[in-house]
Amino acid sequence: MEGIGKTISEKVLSRASGKPDASAGDIVLAEIDLLMLHEITGPLAIRAFEEMGFERVWDPSKVVVVFDHNVPPSDISSASMMREMRSFVRAKGLTNFFEIGRGGIAHQLLAEKGMSAPGRLIIGADSHTCTAGGLGAFGVGVGSTEAAAVLGTGKLWLRVPETYRVIVRNRLIEPSSPKDLILEIIGEIGMEGAIYKAVEYCGEGIRSMSLDGRLTLANMSIEMSAKTGIVEPDEKVAYYIRERTGEDVELVRSDEDAVFEETFEFDASKTEPLVAVPPRIDDVKPARELGGVEIDQAFLGSCTNGRLEDLRAAARILKSNRVNPRVRMIVTPASMEVYREAMKEGLLDIFARAGAIICCPSCGPCLGMSQGVLGPEEVCVSSTNRNFVGRMGHRSSKVYLASPATVAASAITGRITDPRDIE
Amino acid sequence: MKVLTGKVTKLPDNVNTDDIIPARYLSSMDLDAMTEHAFEDYDASLKEKVREGGIIVAGKNFGCGSSREHAVIVLKKAGLKAVIAESFARIFFRNSINQGLLALQLEGSSEPIKDGDSVKIDLERFIVENETRSSIHRLRPIPPFLLSILNEGGLVPYLKKRRGWGIEA
Ligand code: SF4
Repeated sequence: MEGIGKTISEKVLSRASGKPDASAGDIVLAEIDLLMLHEITGPLAIRAFEEMGFERVWDPSKVVVVFDHNVPPSDISSASMMREMRSFVRAKGLTNFFEIGRGGIAHQLLAEKGMSAPGRLIIGADSHTCTAGGLGAFGVGVGSTEAAAVLGTGKLWLRVPETYRVIVRNRLIEPSSPKDLILEIIGEIGMEGAIYKAVEYCGEGIRSMSLDGRLTLANMSIEMSAKTGIVEPDEKVAYYIRERTGEDVELVRSDEDAVFEETFEFDASKTEPLVAVPPRIDDVKPARELGGVEIDQAFLGSCTNGRLEDLRAAARILKSNRVNPRVRMIVTPASMEVYREAMKEGLLDIFARAGAIICCPSCGPCLGMSQGVLGPEEVCVSSTNRNFVGRMGHRSSKVYLASPATVAASAITGRITDPRDIE
Repeated sequence: MKVLTGKVTKLPDNVNTDDIIPARYLSSMDLDAMTEHAFEDYDASLKEKVREGGIIVAGKNFGCGSSREHAVIVLKKAGLKAVIAESFARIFFRNSINQGLLALQLEGSSEPIKDGDSVKIDLERFIVENETRSSIHRLRPIPPFLLSILNEGGLVPYLKKRRGWGIEA
């Protein structure tokens, strides 16, 4: 409709579908800017692609293939699936393949490579593809068959979502972090509260936030069932993309008179260290109320909180402390780039001296696959994004979700601990 | 596929794809073997129940969490013919249609339909008839374009036939 402004989602999907008037509720056939596959969902996609009768990939330069869920492979079956993916990559001439040791967790890589840029339409065969929204992209997860359809046609049907707008006033006060803020938001909106919606984040609390933190917000939008989460992009994002790709990007933002279905407001200066109590992501409590919960494992990593800023926050707390003798702490940088930076800054040394183990970039423990699977009754405080029953291992194990600082503080005391309560 | 009958396996809100198939079984392309582990952590008896009854009726946000299409594949292989829910997680919903599994959204609450009820799904009128309780519940009609994917048996056969999307959405 003329005269009515557009949201970011409406702008992206209008552009991608060639229908200038696409608005919330419309179904469009959109041209995809980038497709991501990893080794768990990729092999099914390859098979579907072949069964569909396609031979050529629509654009070999627009497909990113990453191994991240179980790397290096811990069993023969995983190794075989990676082998299958590698031969597809070669046969189809895909140019964005990230071999083990040269990549990391897909969502982090897309950011680091400057691929998650404002206004881009990114499809990934992984639910956390919404992470791309941290840099202003429209990222959505799909299953393997639709990934195959995109491989073959470069297109996908999408419904233009209605948008919830989250305005964050004021700045976070350390050690409260973007993770605490997103837990607060999810606690408020609820785990099915944003179903099918796009969530846009804006306000001073967002503008003052690092890009690492913005990726954390966008990442967890799916945890309130949103279709995607998009952080309003600004000059910081433009600078980051320019630095990494040499390209100038247009900052696609919502118009002043865009129509939002609902608006929520938060005051970041009041955000405390929070924890999501299993098995619900929206059962959010202050860390200080959970001091009675003893832990066996502390995990720092994942596409949610495995970035440099996260490692720094945990290292600050662990620097002059040691991991509790009853606890093992696992640190997994989200990518090789983060790993190398953390090494240069001496963060890995701090973790190792404190008694933590440093693992290679991988999803591993986050989904109970490798490098830190929980046994019966075990309790983990984790910087990841899901605390479902059995998510990190045995069905009787439990996952409490928290910020990197809270994970580090808890590793020291052996029970859930507010980082403000550590020396 | 105009009328479908079966016995209800009733599930609550927010059943996630980790509940349906835990990640530790995903490092495999043997989908039949994977199916043996459906609902293993959640309630191991469900697989048999689904096989016998063929229909799941669930609360809100069914299939939330991971994008793993394996969740839909193992449910289908376990004998599921249709899943009715108050709402679906969007990726699960799309995966269902793409695998040719009927995913139907209930208008209103799922509460009146109980575990073990015999139901008849009428896809012409988009209603579920609860034969055990003689009640009728409305379903949200599936858009024609999605229906045509379902009628082909999923997105693979659909695209194979057309070599493209065949829609001017
Ligand atoms: S780190 Fe966890 S949530 Fe993120 S992509 Fe990997 S498995 Fe998924």
